[in-house]
Amino acid sequence: MRTPTLARHRRNVEITLGLLTIIVTVGGYVLVALAKNSTLPPDLYLLLAAVVGLYVLAHLTIRRFAPAADGTLLPLAALLNGIGFVTIARLDRNLARIQSVWVAVGVAAFIATLVLVRDSRMVERYRYTFALLGILCLLLPLVPGVGQQINGARLWVRFGALNFQPGEAAKVLLVIFFAAYLVDKRELLSSGSVRVAGMYFPALRHLGPLMLAWGFSIIVMVQEKDLGSSLLFFAVFSAMLYMATNRGVYLLGGLVLFVIGAVIAYHLFTHVQVRVTTWINPWPKARGEGYQITQSWFAFGTGGVAGTGLGLGSPDKIPNAATDFIFSAIGEELGLVGTMAIVLSYVLLVGSAFRVAVDSVRNFSKLFAAGLATIFGIQTLIIMGGVTRLIPLTGITLPFVSYGGSSLVANFVLLALLLRISHETVAGPPPPRVRA
Amino acid sequence: MNRGIRRVGTGILVLFLAIVGQLTYLQVFRSNDLKNNPNNVRAFIRDINRPRGPIITADGAIVADSKPTKGELKQQREYPLGSLFSHVVGYQSIVYGTTGVERTYNNSLVGSDVQLSLKNLGQLLNGQSRVGTVVLTLSKAAQQAAHDGLAGKRGSVVALNVKTGGVVAMYSEPSFDPNPLANHNSNNVQKVQQALLAAPDNPELPRAWRERYPAGSTFKVVTTSLALDDGIATPDRVFPTLRELPLPQTNNTLQNFGGEICGGTLEQSFTVSCNTTFGALGLELGEQLASGVERFGLNVAPPPADISPSVIRSLGPTRGTFKDNQPVFAQAAIGQNAIEVTPLEMAMIAASVGNGGKMMVPHVVSEVRDAQNRTVRRIPPQVWRQAMTPATATTVTRFMVNVVDHGTGTAAQIPGVVVAGKTGTAQVQGKAPHAWFVAFAPAANPQYAVAVLVENGGNLGSDATGGRVAAPIAAQVLRVLLAQQPQ
Repeated sequence: MRTPTLARHRRNVEITLGLLTIIVTVGGYVLVALAKNSTLPPDLYLLLAAVVGLYVLAHLTIRRFAPAADGTLLPLAALLNGIGFVTIARLDRNLARIQSVWVAVGVAAFIATLVLVRDSRMVERYRYTFALLGILCLLLPLVPGVGQQINGARLWVRFGALNFQPGEAAKVLLVIFFAAYLVDKRELLSSGSVRVAGMYFPALRHLGPLMLAWGFSIIVMVQEKDLGSSLLFFAVFSAMLYMATNRGVYLLGGLVLFVIGAVIAYHLFTHVQVRVTTWINPWPKARGEGYQITQSWFAFGTGGVAGTGLGLGSPDKIPNAATDFIFSAIGEELGLVGTMAIVLSYVLLVGSAFRVAVDSVRNFSKLFAAGLATIFGIQTLIIMGGVTRLIPLTGITLPFVSYGGSSLVANFVLLALLLRISHETVAGPPPPRVRA
Repeated sequence: MNRGIRRVGTGILVLFLAIVGQLTYLQVFRSNDLKNNPNNVRAFIRDINRPRGPIITADGAIVADSKPTKGELKQQREYPLGSLFSHVVGYQSIVYGTTGVERTYNNSLVGSDVQLSLKNLGQLLNGQSRVGTVVLTLSKAAQQAAHDGLAGKRGSVVALNVKTGGVVAMYSEPSFDPNPLANHNSNNVQKVQQALLAAPDNPELPRAWRERYPAGSTFKVVTTSLALDDGIATPDRVFPTLRELPLPQTNNTLQNFGGEICGGTLEQSFTVSCNTTFGALGLELGEQLASGVERFGLNVAPPPADISPSVIRSLGPTRGTFKDNQPVFAQAAIGQNAIEVTPLEMAMIAASVGNGGKMMVPHVVSEVRDAQNRTVRRIPPQVWRQAMTPATATTVTRFMVNVVDHGTGTAAQIPGVVVAGKTGTAQVQGKAPHAWFVAFAPAANPQYAVAVLVENGGNLGSDATGGRVAAPIAAQVLRVLLAQQPQ
């Protein structure tokens, strides 16, 4: 297909699928209100206008600034975000009011990213600046007076009335740095110059900055008791090293480091021990430390195949149902049908993101897109596995679905960057601007 | 790089399959198990917000009903008859869950059982009510008669439909008002519960089926049946006239009530409730008494009744103990010592005599109706066990008619109706005796059986006998029941 034809096709797909996601979102919102009060929600038209408005705005921005980008990423993110918003509105109308502002901010950040980042080489150029910013973001919550401790984890920053998690921004910034750095050094890292026990390893000085940034981010996150993010970083950076070099030794090394780190963390921190024991058997403490995870299981079980119906279950029994446990709330009211739809949406979203990476021509774009796809995938797996007790629970948001402003804004920025790369693959980077 | 990216991508998608597997496990295979976990309060919360059908008596009085409220919980359960039915019907509490019929028939009340769902497929769409109405076998009139008969005395009255096993009255004194426990303020509910636990005589205890008492001479019905069925005695067999019966293996004796001298035929002994005769029968029966009481439902798992909390087991002498404990068997034959029975069990024994020896499974609900008042489910009569042969049942009926006609139970006479009955005055160590009376009527075509227990003689104290205290209450309840149209 010629570029303009492909672009038109992709944009038409995007707006058609968008219509469906709007129907699902607004329909779900109406069902919640009907189940609760047997009346239509008073702010129905406001919501309808906002949902249509934001989607059309995002769509038009893509049409104007990245017309050849993949057409399924935005509708999938919008669907997840819509179902998430409906679930939050069902749990707590006040949270939903705040979340609606964050959705608007997220879409604004999405638009701003597409408008400002016209060329993915731009982000590549500022790799060290981004690395520094990322590390600063990670450190910010530890600064006395600025940092806030919420639910035992110190990963919040307070500016005036606004709380946010700078770690979410760090996630994006550090992935940019890693992608740029790895692309630069991939020859050196994959050939290996030091021979140990019959295997070639890269010289330590090439690995130095990488290990530094990596180790630093993990120590900081352990300090902040944010196990979910630290697991996410570990997995994503190991995967990026592997993808950049095609050398399994990095994956293996990452795994060994992870196991060592996990064993040390288990012995050092009681909150890690609690997570592990309640994962192995939460039932004896079903009214204590195991309450959250057993309630999550009850939610999934009570939902069964068809679910209780929106607004007809008791997902509010699960502590933190709107954030970490939103997937359980969906499982209760929408059943296996609903959870499968969500899982499928993520599979498609992550799959499309990997497709963007594979199709991309430039190495940086390729690795960057693959890194972003890995973040979406691993983050979703960590929290879904946690709330279904497949793995020990580590608190982290479900991308686009969970309540939480910083995470939502960061995910919208990730999405915009993916669309930028996807557009460039088809249309090529914009010509350099000629200075007058 | 593409090879590595594809591999990582594939790896992540494979991990999603693990999530799919775990979700299927939880939401399909573990679904029922998780729904019913005692720590999972979701089903209860759902039910407490749902419309809930009424519970009505056989004569149409509303025992429990739900009213919509403006509060956080959308339905308030109300019990217009207060303490009259609280043991049987129970209550729905946000703190303690449901009890009684509210618990056993919960699915029918909220309209989620299979029969109601099938009938209601049409109503599902046009928004009509899907809740079921639960109809009790108990009638308000009989229950009221039981309540009035006890007149505040600690004890229990159980009346059964002889043919079906349906419980037509089952009241225990003291009782409690379920309304404060159904309140939506959990602090208040807890305070009420604490007060009930601290109250004298444990008002929440359903004495009729959760407390055991010595049966006293009412148990001679069982001893007589076993002796007749096992060929130990005929009605005409003559027993010596005695003041007391010497007991083997001890220096103690078994005395007649009030130190009387009695004896004569088995039939005469039954009419005047002669202890020495039945004590001697108990020794003759020996091990056969231990095995025989099982036919009457003692020492075995309690009947599978739709009663909550479940009926407790009644007890008799254990098998294999006769050789070493012969006096126990003499005392058990007159309903003392090893005999510990619930009032419900005694009513079932009386009913089995009136029903040709067939003992029915008791039940408190007769049917479930849908919102259009159509019957969707009937609780069928169910035979539990054959307590005695029909021939023996006929003989024992004749004995029991004698008791009311000219024996110890004349206070149970009803003009125009032949009543069959048996008195009991069960000795209690250090306290006034329990007064018992079991009966059924009409003797020729038995319809209702009743057991009355008044703890520690009621207002007569140590002067009480079953004939004076319990028999009039039984007559009163039977009169009310027989005056009603048969159901």
